[in-house]
Amino acid sequence: MKVLMFGWEFPPHIAGGLGTACYGMTRGLARNGVDVTFVVPHAYGDEDQRFTHVLNASEVEALYGSTGSGADDILEKMSFIHIDSNMVPYISPEEYESYHEKYVKSGQHVWSTTDAWKQRYTFSGKYGANLMEEVARYAVVAAQVAKDLEGQFDVIHAHDWLTYYAGIAAKRVSGKPLVVHMHATEYDRSGENVNTQVHAIELNGMRAADRVIAVSNLTRNIVINRYGIPAEKVVTVHNAVRFAEKDTAVPERGVSDKIVTFLGRITYQKGPDYFVEAAAKVLKRVPNVRFVMAGSGDMMNHVIRRVARLGIADRFHFTGFLRGEDVHKMFQLSDVYVMPSVSEPFGISPLEAMRSNVPVIISKQSGVAEVLDYAVKVDYWDVDALADAIYGLIEYPALAKMFASKGLAEVTNLKWNDAAAKIKKVYEDAIEESKNQSK
Amino acid sequence: MKTVCLYFQVHQPWRLKKYRFFNMGKDHNYLDDLQNRAIMQKVARQCYLPMNALLLKLIKENKGKFRCSFSITGIAIEQMKAFAPEVLDSFKELAATGCVEFLAETYSHSLAALASKEDFEEQVKLHTNLIKKEFGVKPTAFRNTELIYSDEIGAMVAGMGFRTMLAEGAKHVLGWKSPNYVYANAIDQKLRLLLRNYKLSDDIAFRFSNQSWDQWPLTADKYVQWLASDETPGEVINLFMDYETFGEHQAADTGIFEFMRALPKAILAKKNGLEFATVTEAAKKYQPVAVLHCPHVMSWADEERDITAWLGNELQNEAFAKLYAQKEKIRTLKNPDFDYVWSFLQTSDHFYYMATKWLSDGDVHSYFNPYDSAYDAFINYMNVLSDFIIELDKAVAAKNARK
Repeated sequence: MKVLMFGWEFPPHIAGGLGTACYGMTRGLARNGVDVTFVVPHAYGDEDQRFTHVLNASEVEALYGSTGSGADDILEKMSFIHIDSNMVPYISPEEYESYHEKYVKSGQHVWSTTDAWKQRYTFSGKYGANLMEEVARYAVVAAQVAKDLEGQFDVIHAHDWLTYYAGIAAKRVSGKPLVVHMHATEYDRSGENVNTQVHAIELNGMRAADRVIAVSNLTRNIVINRYGIPAEKVVTVHNAVRFAEKDTAVPERGVSDKIVTFLGRITYQKGPDYFVEAAAKVLKRVPNVRFVMAGSGDMMNHVIRRVARLGIADRFHFTGFLRGEDVHKMFQLSDVYVMPSVSEPFGISPLEAMRSNVPVIISKQSGVAEVLDYAVKVDYWDVDALADAIYGLIEYPALAKMFASKGLAEVTNLKWNDAAAKIKKVYEDAIEESKNQSK
Repeated sequence: MKTVCLYFQVHQPWRLKKYRFFNMGKDHNYLDDLQNRAIMQKVARQCYLPMNALLLKLIKENKGKFRCSFSITGIAIEQMKAFAPEVLDSFKELAATGCVEFLAETYSHSLAALASKEDFEEQVKLHTNLIKKEFGVKPTAFRNTELIYSDEIGAMVAGMGFRTMLAEGAKHVLGWKSPNYVYANAIDQKLRLLLRNYKLSDDIAFRFSNQSWDQWPLTADKYVQWLASDETPGEVINLFMDYETFGEHQAADTGIFEFMRALPKAILAKKNGLEFATVTEAAKKYQPVAVLHCPHVMSWADEERDITAWLGNELQNEAFAKLYAQKEKIRTLKNPDFDYVWSFLQTSDHFYYMATKWLSDGDVHSYFNPYDSAYDAFINYMNVLSDFIIELDKAVAAKNARK
């Protein structure tokens, strides 16, 4: 079976969980005998006038540097197509506009953000002036890709709203069934103040799709209840976690204090505020603990100000945006990992923390809570409960040890092979159904 | 006869390197050696060396009639010794002429006056000793960091034995009064105050090369006419500015050196009725005309002339509070390695980088700021400070264990 997959990021150049998930998923699919052609947006400089770049996987490795997997089985089953585009993961239409403005102001052909504490965006001038235009332009190119690859795939798989129009276009051109994958909904990203354009694209994508994959039952319920998608079309496939082939050495600890970590985009959706308030409560009781907030995002400055006002800045540290090895290092240095997300469709990072033998506290409002038993679960808004849990895990070693070892065993059983097998089944159903419809 | 009092401030902070959370506990070298060296050597080349040479020439040409005053921070002298010893030598040459006065200030260009009396006095003592050692004269006049002044601060300075202090001729403090007279501190009237004439000072320091200024280009003759005319009444005209004005803020090609070369001769021309004096000489020459009441702290910075450039938001207040909370430990430890770091962490520039007020003076702020944002500056400073506190606590514990 062959699948044409529209993603938007791939390790190690990733900004969040979606790239990690795509990587694990494509590997799992390869093991299950599914060939994947992975299409990603990629901003090239002005010197290059081609719209698409077809690469084999080994070129991608060279382009990005080693992904550190060491396993080559995936390379044979995968090929990559880069579509020349400014689209970047986790970008909102408003942000796109502000970056575009900065780009225009800079007067350069290619513009990159320079702030060392934040993740980098690269912008090039030949793209759409706003994100919606760019999404539409991307879809046009995607249709061309689908036409060029005619007969080389059986099903189309699109990840998150940025690529849904591309998926729909590819479906129209090829007549192949479309599976869309909801990693997050607009309700997760923006609370009740949804961006109506984004919401409309999500809705159109799911309506046009033959199957919708949701990353958790939480998300599946939102898809059914708030978007009105028929329940029989929506399938939950929980994400899994990939184990590194070789264990890297545990980095030497610089500080002897316990370290409690928040790692993720510092945005409303991730609940960074609750982490800060809980930290202040814990620090009142226990002196020998440090809190680390790793990541960047639109709430970062707000959080820094709050930390300063609470007077805990000597024990609450910011690392800025982390990538690759640094993320791994951060997990290994942690004693407790906290994910206080207000709304988290799945949340892959606690699994990575557990893999590094770190006990985790997650919010009940996260999809990952559905698959984990050995994680402390609290309501995101319950700062007292969160502070209690942090206190317990750093003060009672027996508790932390229990969560860490049982958690490791638990997370080891969440395999991408199994998740991919479920996805393969979804493909098969979609193909079967579309054959029946066309008869 | 009006007296012109020229005073130059020399300062370079020790800039911190990018210090991340992952460095904590492992890496205790906090300074950006490459940048510090590069900046010190650049400023030495463009400003300190050519300007010192020019001043020396002017002093010799005018046979003692051209006089001026300096204050050089301890931190700047440390960097001269490390990266540009010839600069320090040229200052010593100036000192040897007897026409140049060196003022006392805080060793680290710190905000210690706003922290506590003990911190402040210690900083001043450190600096006074250094100036005595390097230039052979014990300072008799004082200038606080960024001309930060209040009645209380003045009283502390008087208590340390100084008889003259510099302050800003801030409009909100002076009201209708002129800065061109000697004033006295409101608490201890033995302390005389020289107030900066910010208009005439900034004509040189800020506006000199501004081509949209209606007085551009500024020539020495035109400037001296202003000084001599009745439009500038009073007894002493205080022109206080950053020394880096010459060749740095105002680059050589603006003609700033030619302006300064011509200025003394024009000022000393008989018909103008002007003379030069150092800070202490000027303060001694005239009786104070009034007491200056300044209950709230002022400075020479920004449009507001207050201290909000350094202690104006929660980031700055937090960093400041956490820093000075270490004072007791430093005092008991008495370890030169820790004193050294303690000293450069106090420099006001670190707090300046954390300012978020960008309305009226954003240009000036961003000119001096190596960070992309106040938040970056805060994170970096707190990372360094946190590591320093960890090491300090360890050292204090070890010392107590030995007892």
